[in-house]
Amino acid sequence: MVKKILPVALGAALGVAGIAGAQAGTLDDVKARGELHCAVSTGLAGFSYTDADGEYQGFDVDYCRALAAAVLGDGSKVKFTPTTGKTRFTALASGEVDVLSRNTTWTFSRDADLKFTFAGVAYYDGQGFMVPKALGVESALQLDGATVCIQTGTTTELNLADFFRANNMSYEPVPIETNTEARQNYLAEACDVYTTDASGLAASRATFENPDDHIVLPEIISKEPLGPLVRHGDEQWSDIARWVLNALVIAEEKGITAANADDMAANSKDPEVLRLLGTSGELGAMIGLDKDYALKAIKAGGNYGEIFERNLGENTKIGLARGLNAQWTQGGLLYAQPYR
Amino acid sequence: MAEQKNAIAFVAREEKPQLPAPASTTGAVGWIRENLFSSIPNMVLTLLSIYLVYVSLPGIIDWVFLKSVWTANSLDECRQISREGACWAVVNERFGQFMYGFYPQELRWRPTLAFVLMLVAYAPLLFDKLPGRKALLLLTLTFPLAAYALLWGGILGIEAVPSNKFGGFLLTLVIGVTGISFSLPLGILLALGRSSDLPFIKVLCVTFIEFIRGVPLITLLFVASTLLNYFLPPSWSFDLILRVIIMVTLFASAYMAEVIRGGLAALPKGQYEAADALGLGYWQSMYLIILPQALKISIPGIVNTFIGLFKDTTLVSVIGLFDPLGIVQPILADSRWNGLVVELYVFVAAFFFIFCFAMSRYSMYLERKLSTGHDR
Repeated sequence: MVKKILPVALGAALGVAGIAGAQAGTLDDVKARGELHCAVSTGLAGFSYTDADGEYQGFDVDYCRALAAAVLGDGSKVKFTPTTGKTRFTALASGEVDVLSRNTTWTFSRDADLKFTFAGVAYYDGQGFMVPKALGVESALQLDGATVCIQTGTTTELNLADFFRANNMSYEPVPIETNTEARQNYLAEACDVYTTDASGLAASRATFENPDDHIVLPEIISKEPLGPLVRHGDEQWSDIARWVLNALVIAEEKGITAANADDMAANSKDPEVLRLLGTSGELGAMIGLDKDYALKAIKAGGNYGEIFERNLGENTKIGLARGLNAQWTQGGLLYAQPYR
Repeated sequence: MAEQKNAIAFVAREEKPQLPAPASTTGAVGWIRENLFSSIPNMVLTLLSIYLVYVSLPGIIDWVFLKSVWTANSLDECRQISREGACWAVVNERFGQFMYGFYPQELRWRPTLAFVLMLVAYAPLLFDKLPGRKALLLLTLTFPLAAYALLWGGILGIEAVPSNKFGGFLLTLVIGVTGISFSLPLGILLALGRSSDLPFIKVLCVTFIEFIRGVPLITLLFVASTLLNYFLPPSWSFDLILRVIIMVTLFASAYMAEVIRGGLAALPKGQYEAADALGLGYWQSMYLIILPQALKISIPGIVNTFIGLFKDTTLVSVIGLFDPLGIVQPILADSRWNGLVVELYVFVAAFFFIFCFAMSRYSMYLERKLSTGHDR
């Protein structure tokens, strides 16, 4: 998922240095434009794709809609810019888009060196392995000497090398370019193992003719926290991006859904819910938005749990369990900062 | 005796009726004998080919037509209906997207009209025996403006369509046709400039051509999509498709210049001298004597460059534009269709084949028409 982007990064860094001053008021720009510019993937199952009517759908897309609803009051006022692994960072750095919501792994160098600010983690992913059941392998530690299909130029490639070295095992890489190619190679048995982000493995496996002939091994060998990001240097805008994401998470924790949000705003007894939905206090004004911005964001596409279930959850074809992406009260990692 | 003599001294008074050629050398049988079974190696190859066709054709026909699924809601449904056929349902469902990208549904008549106008506008350029050609040529001159107004709108009260809605074959044709139309004149000018005696013009053209030829198209596209934004003020949103068209045109014109320079170099020196001897000026001699011959020689190369350019438009998917290849990505990401690959690419390939093959046939027609009997 995570392409190496050194040349683009250089350009991005240069560009940011040059135009940082001109990019101060993203919020004002968005309001004046009446449209949020959001970069998404050109296509990744469950995260962003286009339906038969040409409308964007998916997990990453729904975040953009929530953000647009919070800022502009209308979740449909988004212009989606499809970006590839190579163009995504320049699109953001150059100001072509206001936010990048494209399953991008939060790493040190992207945060510090590329001069971006991550709004938070929208999806906790990790690198996993898929093998045919017939291979009789039950743990990634039994993979010594295996041939592995791996996307080149990604952090998954580096993680794989680290994992095998740390466990004193050897492997033979079969380098490939795209997910589609990986799938074909794996099914044609050009490699024993296919490794990429666990969500990607699940999505691929779901489309096999006989998904039950393949298993995803239990080991997750890397951390891939994916989240939306904005440019450095505009703290108000990054706060907005962060707190819209947080609002969706808090909404799930508090049981606020798209359907009952209005009702909760009027009748809830929970002070934090009332603050979040703007019934009491003026917290929205602190980030330059209306006090009911979170209410609008939640009504646009539901809370975090609803968005997850609709795009990735167990009732979809991708069929991902919540796992790490459950609320902290459910044994997951979603832990939004208190809203006060 | 005399009678006998007469009989021997035969004088043909009329031509004898020609006998038909032996049955074994004419008609289907003759053709087959001559072309398919003329020698033992040929015979073996023919039989082998027939066998290959026999083995593969039924499978292909089954897959493409007989066992294929045309309407279904998802890949799973397709597989339930038929496991051995192609699932054309996805192409069926997304046909509009393949043709127009995300161009608004209710405005799709505009690109269609532009396409029809294009056929009408280019006809007089392509076929010189067309009736009413002079009048049509006037239309050709206005076509670029009309096409811009129809596709992008925003002038003359036509509703504007932002260029991020463009996609599919519409995008391919917009980039391809514009690139083809502008790269030829630009290429001619560059080729003439390169062989010019004026040092400034010559250096300028050589630098341009060599720079463009030394840089991959994909680099130019990245420059168009990302770097230009750094140099322009953020408020200038210079249309991405326009940027791409400019880059593609410049790229193709550099190659075109070299192809035409080849044609210029192939002309015997005597032609240039003859033009000079007639007292023609530079432009007159180029227009009347040199270019008509040089361009004729370069036709295969020119069309080659055109076809290359047309296919190179697929590279724009790398910078996030949804050309037919790019549009395959979000379709595959739709979990209903995830897992389909071959059908989508076969469809795109068929489209490109039709256009490229048409161009190649036209070039052969043109060569035959302009042939002045030098070749045998």
